[in-house]
Amino acid sequence: MSTKRIEKIVGKAIPMPRDDIDTDRITPARFLKSITFEGIEKALFCDERENTPDHPVDNPAHKGANMMFVGKNFGSGSSREHAPQALKRFGVEVLVGVSFAEIFAGNCFAIGVPLGVASADDVNELIKQAQEEPETRFTVDIRNATVSYGERVISIDIQETRQKAFLAGTWDMLANLRGNLPQVEEVAQSLPYVTNFESEAQ
Amino acid sequence: MSKNTLYDKVWDSHTVAKLDSGQDQIFIGLHLIHEVTTPQAFGMLKEIGSGVAFPGRTIGTVDHIIPTLSQIRPYEDEQAEKMMAALEQNVNEFGVRFLHLDSGKQGIVHVIGPELGLSQPGMTIACGDSHTSTHGAMGSLGFGIGTTEVGHVLATQTLALNRLKVKRIEVTGALGPGVTPKDVTLRVIHDLGIKGGLGFAYEYGGDVFDTMSMEGRMTVCNMSIEGGARIGYVNPDETTFEYLEGREFSPEGEAWERGLAYWRDIASGDDAEYDDVYEIAGESIEPMVTWGINPGHSVGISQPLPEVGSFAGEDRKTAEHGYDFMDLRPGESILGTKVDVAFLGSCTNSRISDLREGARLLKGNKVHPGVRMLVVPGSQQVKQQAEEEGLHEIFNEAGAEWREAGCSMCLGMNPDKLVGAERSISTSNRNFIGRQGSPRGRTHLGSPAVVVSSAIAGCIADPREMGEQA
Ligand code: SF4
Repeated sequence: MSTKRIEKIVGKAIPMPRDDIDTDRITPARFLKSITFEGIEKALFCDERENTPDHPVDNPAHKGANMMFVGKNFGSGSSREHAPQALKRFGVEVLVGVSFAEIFAGNCFAIGVPLGVASADDVNELIKQAQEEPETRFTVDIRNATVSYGERVISIDIQETRQKAFLAGTWDMLANLRGNLPQVEEVAQSLPYVTNFESEAQ
Repeated sequence: MSKNTLYDKVWDSHTVAKLDSGQDQIFIGLHLIHEVTTPQAFGMLKEIGSGVAFPGRTIGTVDHIIPTLSQIRPYEDEQAEKMMAALEQNVNEFGVRFLHLDSGKQGIVHVIGPELGLSQPGMTIACGDSHTSTHGAMGSLGFGIGTTEVGHVLATQTLALNRLKVKRIEVTGALGPGVTPKDVTLRVIHDLGIKGGLGFAYEYGGDVFDTMSMEGRMTVCNMSIEGGARIGYVNPDETTFEYLEGREFSPEGEAWERGLAYWRDIASGDDAEYDDVYEIAGESIEPMVTWGINPGHSVGISQPLPEVGSFAGEDRKTAEHGYDFMDLRPGESILGTKVDVAFLGSCTNSRISDLREGARLLKGNKVHPGVRMLVVPGSQQVKQQAEEEGLHEIFNEAGAEWREAGCSMCLGMNPDKLVGAERSISTSNRNFIGRQGSPRGRTHLGSPAVVVSSAIAGCIADPREMGEQA
């Protein structure tokens, strides 16, 4: 079955300190027109990056980061799947924030991007650490629900059913469905209309 | 929990596995695809290196974006052209049957499925479009899915789904003159609300459905989703079998007999149990028209518009917004409200019986000079049939525009759109703000009869007052 277990993510972080960053800011609406997700990472925060010279996403100090620390209500607004896709394809493997919009969270789960929720104080501490010492290597531990750096360990909340699915590798619904293809074939054989009733069903 | 209903039987026979998520993995008997919700799904297949698991159970067409004035390419809208090209390439690459513009069988997915005999009783049917509930009229379980799920069906012919509860909607007695299936569905949504069906499949039954035509059943099942029910179905009966016999993809000979046996068996048993039952007396249903900004905002055409106080909580705010946006007032009559556009079409009401009804009422009349009327057949076959019967001449003579098959003014994805604050009376299924392509455009939903009587009068008019004709 699936081997896509997600247990631990280690790396640098991009700090995104503001609240209420909606999906339109993450991936502007005009990218909805594109007919594949290929290259959608170029759209990530592209409008505000254009207008902000030292945007955290472009800051060379954060190059190679694989996680993002965000504020309150991240991913609100339109339910587009483009936003989590752009984050993931950019290289963001996990987000830690004060809160996340529900549909955004569901879309992140579906593509295997865990979200950790922590208090505003803790998130601010993480953001500050990433800003002031961008080379810091953080560890997000899904099993123990913590973020740590150096000696410091901060607890995060990860929705329980999702946490389990990340650890077991069953978050990937398509992989789960594909794992049962032999049974799918059996069910198809048992349904008489699959042969348009040309033969007796088994 | 429901027991021995068609829903339960089909669900059980299509269950592949119980998933860790608590959902059931369900086999999909028929997957209909179109240009809008598939490109990303095919992209997903390419990324994981998968093919289409059951190409024979997948069939594609184009409907949402194609212009209805002329289907000839290339399209002015670059995006439309891009989606079209992507679908053509994908169906070729993955070996999926495709009913293209030159097939003579292209049309709105929910019109061509039943028309070609593709949608049959006892099937599960999925499509990346919410109105897939339409196919429930055939006695199947049809439901709309999102792009990610389209990818799941392409790769595995299955979906991860939560089992629904089953609510029986029983419409007793008979419908009065001038009252149509569209009015039945609007009344159901009016009574149960736009969220009333969340978590439910609706089973429609009772005398009114027993005597209703297949196309009428399609109109009702189509709008189940507007009441929150992802699935709505009618049990298969002799009317269903008569409709199916001889269609292109229907079984023949001995296979037909085996089909009949399966279909009879799959219907809800006499001992079926439901999670809930709702009853409406057919005689109490009037022609319905929407006055607001969701399909639940409707009123019997001769009744005064409802007081805002009759709505509670959030619904009250929506109702106030609705009155404001539509520029109407509670207590007034909807009759006489001037309209600029009349639209006869969409997967709700663009089948041959809808066009016949429209033509019958329009014959010898003229569309009001202040009204632009569009008549858009749901498929190329419907168009051809209508032209053989000379219906297009009646529409043209009356001053309506006779178009090519497509979704047209049901949604703002092709050149047919409302302009500015235009007000339309429409046989489509959604009166959401902006739905018909103009952010300020105002939509009233109604039956083909209401649309035609209003087109003639230039304002919303009761089809029962069209003298002898109605
Ligand atoms: S006619 Fe309207 S509702 Fe039906 S499939 Fe087309 S766009 Fe969707």
